[in-house]
Amino acid sequence: MAMKENGHKNGYRVIGTRPIRPDGVDKVTGRAVFGADLHLPGLLYGKVLRSPHAHARILSIDTSAAEALPGVKAVITAADLPQVADKVKSLGESVGNLRYMSENTLAREKALYHGHPIAAVAAENIHVAEEAVNLIEVEYEPLPVVLDGREAMQPGAPILIQGLRTDELGKLGSEPTNVAAHIQHKRGDVEAGFAEADVIIEREFRTETVHQGYIEPQNGVALWNDDGHIHIWCSTQGAFAVRSQISDLLRAPISQVTVTPLEIGGAFGGKINVYLEPLAALLSRKAGHRPVKMTMTRAEVLKASGPTSGSWIRVRMGAKKDGRITAAQAELVYEAGGFPGSPVGAGAGVILAPYRLDNLQIDGYDVLVNRPKASAYRAPGGTNAAYAAEAVADELAEALGMDPIDFRLINAVKEGDRRADGPMLPRIGYIETLQAIKNHPHYRQPLEGPHRGRGVAVGFWFNWGGKSSVSASVNEDGTVNLVEGSTDIGGSRASIAMQLAETLGIAAEDVHPQVVGTDLVGYNDVTGGSRTTYGTGYAVHALGVKLNEIMRELAADLWDVDVEEVRVEGGVFSAGDRSITFKELVAQGSDTPITASAATHPKDAGPAFAVHCVDVEVDPETGKVTILRYTAAQDVGTAIHPSYVEGQIQGAVAQGVGWGLNEEYIYDEEGHLLNASLLDYRMPTAPDLPMIDAVLVEEAPTPGHPFGVRGVGEVSIIPPPAALANAIHRATGVRMTALPMSPSRVMKAMIEH
Amino acid sequence: MHHEVWIPAVHRDLTGGVETVQVAGDTVGQLIDELDRRFPGMKARLCQGERVRPHIAVVVNGVISTRGARQRLTEPSEIHFVPAMSGGAVDGRMTR
Repeated sequence: MAMKENGHKNGYRVIGTRPIRPDGVDKVTGRAVFGADLHLPGLLYGKVLRSPHAHARILSIDTSAAEALPGVKAVITAADLPQVADKVKSLGESVGNLRYMSENTLAREKALYHGHPIAAVAAENIHVAEEAVNLIEVEYEPLPVVLDGREAMQPGAPILIQGLRTDELGKLGSEPTNVAAHIQHKRGDVEAGFAEADVIIEREFRTETVHQGYIEPQNGVALWNDDGHIHIWCSTQGAFAVRSQISDLLRAPISQVTVTPLEIGGAFGGKINVYLEPLAALLSRKAGHRPVKMTMTRAEVLKASGPTSGSWIRVRMGAKKDGRITAAQAELVYEAGGFPGSPVGAGAGVILAPYRLDNLQIDGYDVLVNRPKASAYRAPGGTNAAYAAEAVADELAEALGMDPIDFRLINAVKEGDRRADGPMLPRIGYIETLQAIKNHPHYRQPLEGPHRGRGVAVGFWFNWGGKSSVSASVNEDGTVNLVEGSTDIGGSRASIAMQLAETLGIAAEDVHPQVVGTDLVGYNDVTGGSRTTYGTGYAVHALGVKLNEIMRELAADLWDVDVEEVRVEGGVFSAGDRSITFKELVAQGSDTPITASAATHPKDAGPAFAVHCVDVEVDPETGKVTILRYTAAQDVGTAIHPSYVEGQIQGAVAQGVGWGLNEEYIYDEEGHLLNASLLDYRMPTAPDLPMIDAVLVEEAPTPGHPFGVRGVGEVSIIPPPAALANAIHRATGVRMTALPMSPSRVMKAMIEH
Repeated sequence: MHHEVWIPAVHRDLTGGVETVQVAGDTVGQLIDELDRRFPGMKARLCQGERVRPHIAVVVNGVISTRGARQRLTEPSEIHFVPAMSGGAVDGRMTR
């Protein structure tokens, strides 16, 4: 194939270039409209009363004093929220039981974590609302608290939900428990495999609850109109997921719910579940159908949105002297929070995924504790799992005297190998990604100096396709207005518009994308699971093909030839020796407007792999870890907009570094969160990170996708803590088996070493 | 038409430890009925009524089916029953 304008090896004109993002000017000039910017006539302000106890029975709630306060327009408790039955609901990147979702929205009989919503108020201004919340009198019966997953599994542990029984893929236990689910993957003969091994390494690891750390807090405005129609404006990863939850939680017909997504200031999985929106809607109705605005404070975000699970993980791995792994075993205990639904299923799928194994056993446990209900966080469950497995793999390679990349190459999965849970892998680019690091100047250059070490680690993530709907209209000047419903979190307006432009053979700048609400476009799944550039890209390609068919008919009419004679390639329509560009053809005019729509649901999203290499220096007097250099290679399929792919990788690494070195929820013994501020919950900032070198490995385009796109948003959060732990080991000689690897913990480990 | 069904590890107590079985059927639902005939109790674990439980995903030849028991099998296939993940959380469990 001849090279085209941008020199992309597949001949693309638009794909692989780096146009300016369509929403860039509004974002950098402050004109983009976020939830906090929205003001409607008659707007009221809402505030939530939250439980001061981590586990308590609610004996009574007296709202009379709050209702009597001048300026208060409505007060609600769980009594105002419809009772909903058990029903499992898929929200795209997370799945939940509606009854638990309702009880997480407003506690009914018990508060299950510090910050659990108890009641809410709407008032003329936020100050009155805050004063009113403090006038609500709640009588609690404090109950014993359990914060640790393994303690919650013990006989005699406080039971959070009396009716809960352990579910083993449909096999239900018979006793009350905090273990909501047990997952098991098992293949071959694990003990025979270990008997065959020359070296066996076994270690236990602990990770803490961490938060996504999006900058924009949860917010929403709701208007429950006099005619029964509910309108929600909010910051969300998926307007349709919000519509569905509002409909189910408030028992409102879905046709009576409209959700308009506003700009989003980060999410990373944390803005799929609703928290404030149903409260604002109920308050709106009770306040005489006035719109109600609610915004979480940072403390509320940390206390009572959806962080990801803390965990305890044990990994055992054995190998022959030649480096071949003979058996691997893992046990994962993930803390779900007050309601079932940790990402242990994904963790169990990730933990041994990079390795070709004949003998394996993985047991995962979803365990209730008195912490906020976990929600999705960028490759949910994967980072904890890989931290454990990659540290053990590193130790095994070291014990065998092997280079850690060579050890992984010997055992690397490839197309046709089985995942731990059984299904075979499609075409993947893992080996090419390992080789990208092995051949990278960073890895080839020895690291010198005292207290310095280099670590590598790898990560796997499933990826997801999902449902997408799009539509487009062609303007008289040959530009195209594109309407989509996928929340743009990381530059997807650009990556989607570019795929339509490529299909039509026009410039990226000639496609004008717009993200709209639930009344203005067909159904779209959430932006999550690394799906949007892949899945919605699929949809815009189908859309472009339809538009090209319309344009062929226009050309046939123009030239008075059969449409079959008209060919189209790269935006040029031709028949015989005549040819015309897309724009020129549009300029000829059309009797009818040129519009089209498309809806797709691809199911063959290819999984992604990442291989990271990090150099650190550890201060022997303080234990502080300084990152000297970081290189992250990732199997990206085809990079549509390389800058945004690099940005996804760099952002994921930054979050993984925070998870690895600093971030943790700190509770007292009674379950009170002690560090609910960004001063005390220490996320990395620019001075903490070097330039992160992102290496895009484009050797394995995803089969089936028109442009070979592979989801890129998540997998690079998986390797950083493990890579850092392995680097710290080489710098200090100690194996860090608990996150975060903060200065005090590293110092303590070095002293004990 | 015969298909290779991989029995989930937690349900191999019903199959005497057997990991994979060959089962005939034109739909996933028919396979589950046949599994239940050979290994009584299997259907109750995999299904609520005639539908696959919502927290169980059916994987046919490496692709997650959205049709569950209604999934037609037009070629000899490899079938797995795995925890539904939707890219993230394991799911919300039912209470009794």
